[in-house]
Amino acid sequence: MSDAHSESYKNYTRKCLLIFLAVLCGTGLMVGASFASLASGVRIAMILTIACVNAFLVAGHLMHLISERKMVYIVLVFTVIFFIGLMGLTIWAHADVPHLKGV
Amino acid sequence: MHATTQTMPHDPAHSAHHEAPGFWRSYIFSIDHKIIGIQYAITALAFLLFGFSLMAMMRWQIAHPGQSVPVVGPLLATLFGDVAAKGVMSADLYNTFGAMHGTIMVFLAVVPLLTGAFGNYLVPIQVGACDMAFPRLNMLSYQFYFVGGIIMFSSFFIPGGAAQSGWTSYPPLSLIVPTDGQTYWLLGMVFLITSSLLGSANIITTIIQLRAPGMTWLRLPFFTWAQFVASFLLLLAFPPLEAAGVMQLMDKVTGSSLFLPTGLAVGGKVAEVAGGGSPVLWQHLFWFLAHPEVYVLILPALGIVAEVIANNTRKPIWGYKSLVFASLALGFVSFIVWAHHMYLTGMGTTIATFFQTTTMIISIPSVIILTCLLISLWGGSIRFNTPMLFALAFLPMFGIGGLTGLPLGFSASDLHLHDTYYVIGHFHYVVAPGTIFGLFAGIYFWYPKLTGRFMNEFWGRVHFWGSLIFMNVVFMPMFAQGLAGMLRRMSDGGINYSKAQVGLEGALSPTIMELNHVILWGAVGLGLSQIPFILNLFWSIKHGEKIPNDNPWDATTLEWQTETPPYVYNFRREPIVYRGPYEYSVPGCDKDFLPQNQPDQPTSKP
Amino acid sequence: MDIPYTVKPRPDTGLYNAKIGMWLFLASEVMLFGGLFSAYIFLRVGAPAGTWPHGWLNVTLGTINTVILALSAITTLLAWVALKLNQFPRYKVFHALTILLALTFLGIKSYEYRDKFLHFEVQLKDGRIADGHMVENKRDADHIVLHGHYVENRAELMDGHTKGKEHTELKIPRADIKRMQNYGPAHNNFLGIYFCLTILHALHILGGVLVIAYIWGPGSKMWFTDPERYTNRVEVSGLFWHFVDLVWIFLFPVLYLT
Ligand code: HEM
Ligand SMILES: [Cu+2]
Repeated sequence: MSDAHSESYKNYTRKCLLIFLAVLCGTGLMVGASFASLASGVRIAMILTIACVNAFLVAGHLMHLISERKMVYIVLVFTVIFFIGLMGLTIWAHADVPHLKGV
Repeated sequence: MHATTQTMPHDPAHSAHHEAPGFWRSYIFSIDHKIIGIQYAITALAFLLFGFSLMAMMRWQIAHPGQSVPVVGPLLATLFGDVAAKGVMSADLYNTFGAMHGTIMVFLAVVPLLTGAFGNYLVPIQVGACDMAFPRLNMLSYQFYFVGGIIMFSSFFIPGGAAQSGWTSYPPLSLIVPTDGQTYWLLGMVFLITSSLLGSANIITTIIQLRAPGMTWLRLPFFTWAQFVASFLLLLAFPPLEAAGVMQLMDKVTGSSLFLPTGLAVGGKVAEVAGGGSPVLWQHLFWFLAHPEVYVLILPALGIVAEVIANNTRKPIWGYKSLVFASLALGFVSFIVWAHHMYLTGMGTTIATFFQTTTMIISIPSVIILTCLLISLWGGSIRFNTPMLFALAFLPMFGIGGLTGLPLGFSASDLHLHDTYYVIGHFHYVVAPGTIFGLFAGIYFWYPKLTGRFMNEFWGRVHFWGSLIFMNVVFMPMFAQGLAGMLRRMSDGGINYSKAQVGLEGALSPTIMELNHVILWGAVGLGLSQIPFILNLFWSIKHGEKIPNDNPWDATTLEWQTETPPYVYNFRREPIVYRGPYEYSVPGCDKDFLPQNQPDQPTSKP
Repeated sequence: MDIPYTVKPRPDTGLYNAKIGMWLFLASEVMLFGGLFSAYIFLRVGAPAGTWPHGWLNVTLGTINTVILALSAITTLLAWVALKLNQFPRYKVFHALTILLALTFLGIKSYEYRDKFLHFEVQLKDGRIADGHMVENKRDADHIVLHGHYVENRAELMDGHTKGKEHTELKIPRADIKRMQNYGPAHNNFLGIYFCLTILHALHILGGVLVIAYIWGPGSKMWFTDPERYTNRVEVSGLFWHFVDLVWIFLFPVLYLT
């Protein structure tokens, strides 16, 4: 086992711990934000944004998505599109029901 | 293209521990994709027959409401008791049979045949692999399917019988029917969905990872492409229905009201539920699967038809690339058209416009595919054998089915047509004389590969002509009935409705009602036409005409370039692929076909 | 039988089979939870005004569970790194930690469930509502004992943050009770979808624990015969584990905080 090899994993370990700390901070911020006296829309947006950052840290670094292979990206890009389609279109359909408009 | 050469698993050191694995290991708990494919085929064909018999009994009830079902009436009475007193099908039993007919046909018969049987058996061989990427998961996938099937089937015999709310299982109805059938249905679906997820991930991985050297993406046979797209549809569209299934299970079992609205009244009384839920939510999640599902039903059938047509016209498929890209487009767009099944849910005009537009867009790739296949016939020297007859008949039948979909895709015309027999006619044209003809073509075509013998040609033709004629006798009148306003899912075939409205606008005329008898006899004829097929299927295993060599149809794709039936690991030596899938009648060759694994002929030096 | 690319990546895709297989599976999982989250939004947006509760869940426990899962995600990674560095004993420790953390998560989750099942809303015939934890509910007794408080109107219960009233021991005669219901899934749609989401998530955790325990225990023989493949297994199980963590990263704020 070469030194460079084990060195790179040491660095990686350090990175993971940093990410762990970042996720902890994110969680703390979210909980804090939930008690802040803001308009509920703003509060929810803030909380979800932090959640997205946390999710990005986990998916990107812990799951190594930032340096994955093209085939994985292709699969995930389509998945994300359909995910957005599912969520977006159902909610849109819900909002577009005529008798609910202007209520 | 990479050029790794793998030593194929044929060295004796490996085969030592594979000797004589015993009956259970080789046939029941096999991890060989070919055996699993055959297991799927047998189970699914049995379900196909069962699903058909349910419908045959229902057609009797529709044509002769309240009269004892002939032949099987006494059996029904013994099996189901009160709901089939004196062999007469009650409305409850009718609803049960209807719901289970749809469920069985879609989830237990046709899709498992297409992907579980044909996909499992053929995809690994067509890409030149020795098995699926995950053989054990493959076995598990069949086992989940089998258990799901058992759950569905056994639900017929529980008190209260099987599910009664259609294959679509719309709440609130599905939740307020007081019997347990729906719980079984949901449980069964969870198993079937899990099975299908395992299967589709497996097929996709196999195609991505196990292609033989030289098998580039654009050298894949169209059948494999179709399986690839269909597997993606299953992989990504089924999970939301699984989510919805779990939610409905929660409602049914724990009494939550995720799908039950506030103020729901059952039998004139406000129901004892928390309310606040949404039945429309179920419809969204259901159709998010079920629309892509219809393309799962059709794409692999198109794949089979393309293979059969290329082989029997002795000429390359016209527009192979267009076919591939059209299927990809079809797959993509099929995820965003689902709400065309929901125009009548009080949907707003903006969103309805969106879904009408995407629905019209999706018919473009469908038409491209059909056109490619039609043009492929042009100028070919067509061999008319049974597989080809089925493949040829598939084209116009699928055409009728597709074209009748267009009026349904516009909300203005769908307001009238929704929930009528017109819809039933539409989708049965795509699925029955469409997909099922594709399946028959495939069975007649690949049977020699499995057994080393042809199926009998004469009885094949009897089967074909009987099926073609009676399919149309059954389904064509439904368009007329639907246009006249006959609703689907009525256990008396609309007779009460018509009697109550005699002379009024909208009452069904005697002619329209008379068509119910025509359809009944069509269904009987259709059933009888399957007898030669069933006998042929078994008889030919031992007595069919022997094939002259391993490639009796002179085909190009890899499954025909190995022995019959294929060796356990498919190929004795890993095939190397040199060319596309449909090199028929290449000018300057001594044979009229060039197998994919045949190297270029050495050009004679001047 | 040798299926190619079970260990070494295929040159043109750069992936070994199990890895692409796992990503495909995760893609379908994304759609599974996509369906559930869509349902959540749909129900929440569509809920009749004033019927969607806030602050009904225990934020402290939720936060602790979030930390536990995040930690377990790190320990799986360290387990994998240990294998990469050829340190099998270290691997054993870290993966064991993952399993323990996961079980702790499940323990806390069950405690939360238990709390909900013991929490009752009791509608009285005089229109008042008693709300609190069941202390005594004997079938043959003519009364029940609840540790909680009375409210005039159901709307007052919708915000769990405002714990205005003091909780006391309430003795309620059965004869006064019109309807009594615990905070189970049938209570209202928030709890319905809460249970649905978290039960499914907990099942994923359980599945993950079973798989990891298998790899850690009986499956670890493979390390001595085919270490590379074994390391791949650990990596792929790690992918799944991170995904489960990822889902919780959204579940926690969506259910507990907003
Ligand atoms: C290109 C063409 C197609 C169009 C525009 C189309 C359009 C539609 C529409 C709008 C409906 C809903 C009608 C209603 O409920 O009022 C429908 C129903 C249906 N279609 Fe199609 N369709 C097409 C192709 C297909 C194909 C290829 C299949 C299957 C292989 C299929 C299977 C079905 C099924 C099963 C239903 C009925 C589901 C039910 O309500 O039980 N369709 N189609
Ligand atoms: Cu559709």
